[in-house]
Amino acid sequence: MLTRRTLAVSTAAFALAAGFTGAAHAQQKTVIEFWHGLPQPLGGQLEQVVKGFNDSQDKVQVNPTFKGSYPETMQAAIAAFRAGNAPHVVQMFEVGTATMLSAGPAIKPVHQLMSETGSGFDAAAYIPAVRGYYSSRDGKMMALPFNSSTTITFYNKDAFQKAGLDPNKPPATWPEVVDAARKLKAAGVTCPMTFSWPTWTQFEQVGALHDKPFASEANGFGGLNATLKINDPFFVKHLQTLIDLQKEGALRYGGRDNAADSLFPSGECAMIQASSGLRGRIVKEAKFNWGAAPLPYWPDAISSPKNSIIGGAAFWVMTSPKRTADEYKAVAAFFSHLARPEVDAKWHMDTGYVPVTLQGFELAKKEGFYDKNPGAEVPAEQLTRTATTENTMGLRLGNLPEIRNIIQEEMEKAFQGQQTAQQALDNAVKRGDTVLRNFERANKN
Amino acid sequence: MQRRVIFDNKALPYLLLAPQVAVTLIFFIWPAAQALWQSVHLQDAFGLRSQFVGLENFEAVLSDPNYLETVKTTIVFSVSVTVLSLGSALGLAVLADSKIRAAAAYKTLLIWPYALAPAVAAVLWMFIFNPDIGILGRALNSLGYAWDYRLNDGQAMTMVILAASWKQVSYNFIFFLAGLQAIPRSVLEAASIDGAGAVRRFWTITFPLLSPTTFFLLVVDVVYAFFETFGTIHALTHGGPGKATETLIFRVYQDGVVNHDLGGSSAQSVILMVIVIALTAIQFRFVERKVHYS
Repeated sequence: MLTRRTLAVSTAAFALAAGFTGAAHAQQKTVIEFWHGLPQPLGGQLEQVVKGFNDSQDKVQVNPTFKGSYPETMQAAIAAFRAGNAPHVVQMFEVGTATMLSAGPAIKPVHQLMSETGSGFDAAAYIPAVRGYYSSRDGKMMALPFNSSTTITFYNKDAFQKAGLDPNKPPATWPEVVDAARKLKAAGVTCPMTFSWPTWTQFEQVGALHDKPFASEANGFGGLNATLKINDPFFVKHLQTLIDLQKEGALRYGGRDNAADSLFPSGECAMIQASSGLRGRIVKEAKFNWGAAPLPYWPDAISSPKNSIIGGAAFWVMTSPKRTADEYKAVAAFFSHLARPEVDAKWHMDTGYVPVTLQGFELAKKEGFYDKNPGAEVPAEQLTRTATTENTMGLRLGNLPEIRNIIQEEMEKAFQGQQTAQQALDNAVKRGDTVLRNFERANKN
Repeated sequence: MQRRVIFDNKALPYLLLAPQVAVTLIFFIWPAAQALWQSVHLQDAFGLRSQFVGLENFEAVLSDPNYLETVKTTIVFSVSVTVLSLGSALGLAVLADSKIRAAAAYKTLLIWPYALAPAVAAVLWMFIFNPDIGILGRALNSLGYAWDYRLNDGQAMTMVILAASWKQVSYNFIFFLAGLQAIPRSVLEAASIDGAGAVRRFWTITFPLLSPTTFFLLVVDVVYAFFETFGTIHALTHGGPGKATETLIFRVYQDGVVNHDLGGSSAQSVILMVIVIALTAIQFRFVERKVHYS
């Protein structure tokens, strides 16, 4: 008697609560936990995208949670997996790809998820440079690309004018960059040029543009036994150029990771090689005329440069002992929504990340986004300008964040004159190979 | 005469001890045991494959020339931080203890920095020293002094030592001040009457009578410099440029959290634990002999 009454009361209460929240459907929603690593304002924009999905249907509720920076999000996801409590979906930066792939049973590849749940999914809809980065060796999509960027040059048109350079003709090659930097310095600009993400912009991208391997085994795609190749004379010469420019005061090393980003919008540095995602901040903060240009190349190494590679992050599906088929279905529905060209194009136009699907790119063109925002098409064009080769697909190296740090450390020693460019890169290769061997040892079979 | 509390019930004392034992087991013994276990295993990031490798992790760490460099860096850093924070705190405490106007205000102001989280303190220092946005950093550069801690080992080291010491001065200051106030005035007055000047009174009376405090702070400061300066270094230099400001604890974090090398990181933790146990033992064995507990 008592139990029946309690039941009736609680049912009434539940119905009431459901009525208040507006979810008056009898059917219960499948709840999906989604962890991401985007700080504000990008995090808020991402949560808007999720809200768009939640509002578009009534079966699935995706709960986005900010977990700190990319490395922190990765760490949180790994710890949660170890505790048997992994989120359904986690956003992982591109350098974590090899670590995620070697996680084996901890992840569910996207191609498998989509075919198991009977959701249509066309990998060919994605820009090849994006698809390649997140595909297995046999070309199957392992993660869902979402926020991708690439490196481009931003330059200060006012400073160019002041130095007697043509503000509408940014330097296209490295010799032209060197020349422009010297002229800017002569015109009294304290910081003619800088770059953020030192390893990504000066080695990973420079390698891809010139079709030079960053590592053996097709940049690691071919197997865990890859070794670094960046002590090749080509990279030594490139680093030497940077060191020389820095010595004569025509280049400033702005620090590790994205520390240099703030130097451009503040007007301090006249040129920066940085993530295309910096655009939003420049639009908001820069009080001068500026332009965007493709990355420069060395004409003596290649006659026309290849596509650049991506940065940014993708969405991975994680497994857990408690997962149900319904939950995977819900994740697939969420992913199908994200893959729609309208969603992709809107994200691209709102944030400065590149469109990841070819149709999304077309849509942005059709809407006249590039006519209204000159230079916004540079990243996507640079990513798609050539067919990918094994040197321009991206990197598949274990513990790449650690290798990036090692290269930054050795560069810093070289910039201080403690070692030559050759020594710096020899050391980087030696230390980086130790990291790769340890990863190989820990992840064999 | 010895006073003892007698429990009639045999179980009660254990019950009363249980919470403390539980806390110790869960938060100290268990993680330490995990670190020991990890240090002799090789594991992938997700913990899916792990194999026993004996002392290989220790071998790898100890044969890494960069690790030995880090040991040197840590010694330079810890000695500097300890000496600087002890010395300046003692000086400030002596000044604040003398009869001056608004002594209470000085004391309050000197204790403030202790309430700041290390990362927040480091950000404040960055706003001072950053060559692009820092007040002093910009001033130095415009005066023609090439200040850029991102590319100068010595400048980076100086900055993290200053920031880390500054943070600890408050703590030392409180203890020194309390120690100074515990010194009987009559002794100092007697010395004054005998004609001892301020300097002489300090070195022959105040300093020896402060030695228990100084010794306690020495132990605490060394442990602080070893373990608790992580936030400062992380926020200011990330261990750079190169590895110029990478201390042992920073490397433990870097290898464990960022690089997912749990075995190597745990091996370093175990080494660090041994170092600190040894240091504390040495301090108690040799330094304490010279301490007067009145």
